[in-house]
Amino acid sequence: MHPAHIPGADDAGRTTPSVPRPARDADRPRPTAPAPAGRRHDAALPPWALLLPAGVAALFAVLPLGYLAVRSLERGPGFAWKVVADERTVTLLGHSLGLAAAVVGACLILGVSLAWLTVRTNLPGARAWSVLAALPLAVPSYVAAFAWLSAAPRLAGFTGSALALTLVSFPYVYLPVAAALRGIDPAQEETARSLGLGPVRTFARVTLPQLRPAAAGGGLLVGLYVLSDFGAVSLMRYDTFTRAIHTSYRAGFDRTPAAALSVVLVVMTVALVAAEARTRGRAGHARTGTGTARPATPAALGRLRAPALVWCGAVTAAAVAFPLGTLGYWLAIGNSATWDPTGLLDTATNTLGIAAAGAVLTTVLALPVGVIAARHRGRAAHLLEQAAYAGHALPGITVALALVFFSVRYAYPLYQQLPLLVCAYAVLFLPVAVAATRAAVLQAPPVLEDVARSLGRSPLRTLRDVTVPLAAPGVAAGAALTFVVCMKELPATLLLRPTGTDTLATRLWTETGAGSFAAAAPYAAALILLAAVPSYLLGKHRT
Amino acid sequence: MRRPLARRLIALAAAALILPAAAACGSGDEGGSGKGDKGDKGGKSSLVIYSGRQQALVKPLLTKLEKAVGTKVEVRYGDSAELAAQLLEEGDRTKAALFFSQDAGALGALSKEGRLEELPRQTLDKVGTPYRSAKGDWTGVSGRVRVIAYHPDKVTDVPDSVRDLVKPEWKGKIGYAPTNASFQAFVTGMRVLDGDDATRAWLKGIKANGAKAYGNNIAVLDAVDSGEVSLGLLNHYYWYERVAEKGADKVKAKLHYPRGGDPGALVNVAGVGVLKGTGQSEQARKAVEFLLSKEAQSYFADETKEYPLAAGITSPIKDLPPIASLDSPRIDLGRLDSLRETLAMLQDVGLV
Repeated sequence: MHPAHIPGADDAGRTTPSVPRPARDADRPRPTAPAPAGRRHDAALPPWALLLPAGVAALFAVLPLGYLAVRSLERGPGFAWKVVADERTVTLLGHSLGLAAAVVGACLILGVSLAWLTVRTNLPGARAWSVLAALPLAVPSYVAAFAWLSAAPRLAGFTGSALALTLVSFPYVYLPVAAALRGIDPAQEETARSLGLGPVRTFARVTLPQLRPAAAGGGLLVGLYVLSDFGAVSLMRYDTFTRAIHTSYRAGFDRTPAAALSVVLVVMTVALVAAEARTRGRAGHARTGTGTARPATPAALGRLRAPALVWCGAVTAAAVAFPLGTLGYWLAIGNSATWDPTGLLDTATNTLGIAAAGAVLTTVLALPVGVIAARHRGRAAHLLEQAAYAGHALPGITVALALVFFSVRYAYPLYQQLPLLVCAYAVLFLPVAVAATRAAVLQAPPVLEDVARSLGRSPLRTLRDVTVPLAAPGVAAGAALTFVVCMKELPATLLLRPTGTDTLATRLWTETGAGSFAAAAPYAAALILLAAVPSYLLGKHRT
Repeated sequence: MRRPLARRLIALAAAALILPAAAACGSGDEGGSGKGDKGDKGGKSSLVIYSGRQQALVKPLLTKLEKAVGTKVEVRYGDSAELAAQLLEEGDRTKAALFFSQDAGALGALSKEGRLEELPRQTLDKVGTPYRSAKGDWTGVSGRVRVIAYHPDKVTDVPDSVRDLVKPEWKGKIGYAPTNASFQAFVTGMRVLDGDDATRAWLKGIKANGAKAYGNNIAVLDAVDSGEVSLGLLNHYYWYERVAEKGADKVKAKLHYPRGGDPGALVNVAGVGVLKGTGQSEQARKAVEFLLSKEAQSYFADETKEYPLAAGITSPIKDLPPIASLDSPRIDLGRLDSLRETLAMLQDVGLV
């Protein structure tokens, strides 16, 4: 029983570390705080050892913004303003935000419900379902959209886009929420129950607030993903910002209006990140007591068992079985299916290597930013985190052209070399890794760091010896997630890969472009199967 | 907390990193026949082609091109428009010597910015003037014609002009792909033929007539094929490719070639241009020569179901009307470069 963990109480139960840190006083718990604040170092700057690499990562992430500024102002601010102030922009804004809201809402419902069912109830086959719930990550949005469109052409438009995007991105919510549910000390809920709260109110007042950071973080990633997605909306013919930016390049070969529209996307990103920071509140959910938390007693589903099973089954069928089935159909009927095992193997090997390198670089860059975001507050920390998200809502082609621009001018030897492609992945997916690192660090009890400090360890050694090992599984999970999204990435890969190098995604795309879905199917299937491996591990992963 | 995940992921990542490194020792690229004889510097000695045409369609041809030109060829496949944007971003530091574009518009954009070299007269003269740049800095190598695809059970009398599609009898029955480059080239053609006001009125007309917008020509064809719409506006070869893909008995849709010089029967081209400043003009010009040779032209006719454009070569595909028999509008393809205005119009009408 740890009174310190009851929301609404505070962390008065914590021992004050013997190393005095004045900054700590600013964070004195207030009795009215909605949730126990994870211990943060207000006001004081994060240590330079963290700040410097985080700054490098942030600079990296805002590189496309510099490009956008150059390009959008190329023909003067008047022209850029004319593009942005067009009434069409309002329509696109409505479409993009509406789609993002719908998909985030649907992902929250799917993600939280599945997480609760698989982690906290006696659902039959809970372990298997938890693996299946992570698998949709392996499905590229354009494959899902294509599958649904070929089965039901009438879905095209908002409904189809929302459906396809929800089904591929709900694991972004499911995974962190499931991890948070496993991490929560059941003692708090038991305390609440013993104080007379019913199960529903206990969930609403005790469990849910603790899930909020995880759900909000996942929701943010989903929202940013929807804003940047091109594949699904283009196939579903739903006009969003990203699609308009592509059309602009495509029809006019004109980079200026596209850049001006991209700036609007960046503004939307900043708004979304700010909204998420508000929603997330100050909650952290590290245990600070002695011993290990017991696993929660699973709730008995009773008569809800059958509907719960149907729910899980339906989601899995729609998100995983259905696209795979469609691919199988194309493999079976097409007579253009040129079975080229060596080509497939080469492409698969390329894909794995490039994606792994992308995941490693992204994770390394995300580490300092994530630690700062979890443990520090104040302007510097805030700015760093926001910067890390800057590139994420931008369509891949914008980021890719930015890197073409910079590398052709300032790093020509790197141009069209693998390192540059790997850098593009880091810019695009930094937020995925930052979110995972941040969540992992939040779950590591800060009191252990305090003890290490009180025993005379330097902040850096504390980080190395305490924080990083504690957060490692979460960081590894973030790396796996990044690995999966790198594998699926398309537009930046098309522009930045070395000439002659292909990934599964680029092959898949060029083949469908020629109208031979059957020829594309083996690449799509290979991509899904390969991406399923880390997704499977993520689903099995229990913190 | 348990560690195995972290450990397994590290093992996975390590394996993934080692595999390609090992593979890289084998062969560096796949633009050629994969012999791996490319020195690591590669760049200068081999001819780099940016191809907006799909790998599946042109790779065999480019392998033949490599032999004909006698230089190693490296090909970068992508979307024509994105490659054009990339070439503009690269400027004269580009590694590409030849741009093989899916449509005249992307070549026009590069021409406009002065990125293309003038081609020798002798090469240009192989292709009829309608199918090449008036400035002489790019040429079409294969042609495609706009057609009306229709579902035979739903339509008995296919109109001979796309101008008729605004009539109430076609309400909700038309499919088209407004974001597709070929459609936009067709609208540009209509602007050249009928003027901006008439074109704007037509666009508003088909929109008001409930025409359904699809993402690409294949989707339009599928919609016609399934009877979701009765008519579709697309390029002729999509139908021939679909027949090759699925078998003739499985494709319900039929094609109609509009007559009377209708903008709906516009002939557009895929073409090539030689980029400035790469020091490889000679090889690049040889490559253009090859693409206009009998061998390459027959390839387009047989494999991509397009029209050969070099003089003296005809398509062997039966039921494909000879290009000379098409009652297409007479229009200078060079005038199709006003794509930006077309886009503005499409945006204005609310189609893209």
